[in-house]
Order: sequence, then C-alpha cells, then structure tokens
Amino acid sequence: MSEELVFHFDVDGEDFTSAGQASVQIKKILRRLGLSPEIIRRVSIAMYEGEINMVIHAGGGVADVRVFEDYIELVLKDKGPGISDINKAMQEGYSTATDTIRSLGFGAGMGLPNMKRYSDTMEINSVVGEGTEIKMRVNIR
Amino acid sequence: MTVKELCKTCDFEVCCMPFPEREVKGAYIGDLLSWVMGRANEDNAWITIMSNVNVVAVATLVDTACVILAEGVKLEQDIIDVAKEKGVNILYSILPSFETAVKISGKVL
Repeated sequence: MSEELVFHFDVDGEDFTSAGQASVQIKKILRRLGLSPEIIRRVSIAMYEGEINMVIHAGGGVADVRVFEDYIELVLKDKGPGISDINKAMQEGYSTATDTIRSLGFGAGMGLPNMKRYSDTMEINSVVGEGTEIKMRVNIR
Repeated sequence: MTVKELCKTCDFEVCCMPFPEREVKGAYIGDLLSWVMGRANEDNAWITIMSNVNVVAVATLVDTACVILAEGVKLEQDIIDVAKEKGVNILYSILPSFETAVKISGKVL
C-alpha cells in the first residue's frame, strides 16, 4: 500500500439516537480490508466514543480515518465548547454530561479514557470556545 | 452453547435472533455503554436493562453473541428492526440482571 486510504465522515449533532453510524461503517470497511478482529475492535470503539462525545458535547463534528501500512489514524474535529481541564476529562468517571444523556446510558465518564485505552497514541488539542481536535493512532503491526 | 440453545434452556423469549447458531462465550452485565465497550468481550452474552437504539450499536461494535434484556424490558419495534438489520441477537428475560446471570451461569463459560 503506497498511498493511504482516506475515509471522511460527518457526525450529525442533532441525531443522538443514530450516533455510531460512522463507527459501524468504519468497522465494515476495516473488515473488508482484512484487518484482525482485535484491531477492528479497537479502532471502532475508539471511533464510537469520539463520535458520541462530539454528539453529546459539541453538536457534531467531522471524523477522518486514514489507513496506512503500519497504522490507522483517526482524527476527530469539532467546533464545540472545548475542554477546559483535559487532565480532569481524562479521569475515569468524570463527566459533564446531563441527566438526559445519562439516562441513555452515556455520561459514565469513560469516553476519553476508553479512547486512550484502545489507541496506541492519543493527542488532544482543545481551545475553550473554539473546539477540540483529537488525533489517535492504532498500530497495525 | 449457541444463542438458540441458551434461549431455550433458560426459558428466555426471542426478541430477534438473526444468528441463532452463534456460540456464546462468557457474559457481561452493565448498563453504562462506555463501560460495556471498555470491558465486555467478543462473543459475550450482554445482560442489560438499557433499551434504546444505542444498545444495538454497542452490541455491534463489541460483537457480543447476544444481548439479554433483563427485568422484562422490551424494545420498540423500530429498534428491533435496526437490530435485525445489523445482525444483533436479542433475548428477553423477565428476571432481574443477577438472576438472569445465575440462570446462564455454567452454560456459557
């Protein structure tokens, strides 16, 4: 594979109940590419958590997935409120989600920790009032 | 044990079972979706009381063998349609989560 494969997804912020479509889509694509179930699981879960975060906190955003020879890169961008304290947001159990979101089974404060857990590297760039960009990498070999 | 056998042996009700012959290995109980995604394993039976469409997405991503909705919780028809389309097996149990787990214990491990 000399050139990477690129997949772009728009994550609709209004459509809470159908969130997860991009991750299910990426799961299918990676399966077709013949990647191992473990890699597929890690990428699609990291992607789903990112997608849900964008829907819950940022009114949607965009996700770009690039498949390279040695790794898969996920870049999630939103124009939401930004994360004021990243260290706190990275703690398991810390969440600013509303009760409505919690009643849907989200807001456990596990989103970012899960994204870190399932990726090999994760970088967060967030500016309060402007938005957040998260770049994750999952190594294939 | 397959999902179909588990359903019959434990007296669960079928909500939808697109893949009846799928093997169940182990189980996980949880209602917080991120927690389930972080902890549940492929081929598990996932016992929950959550009944919204996100359950189908999580079951697909984790690749559980089946979802068992405890406490007599039922799904809306439109969610069942999504589950069928995504190939997610879903069973109904009238028992609470713990009793449901006790019932499948020894059959899926």
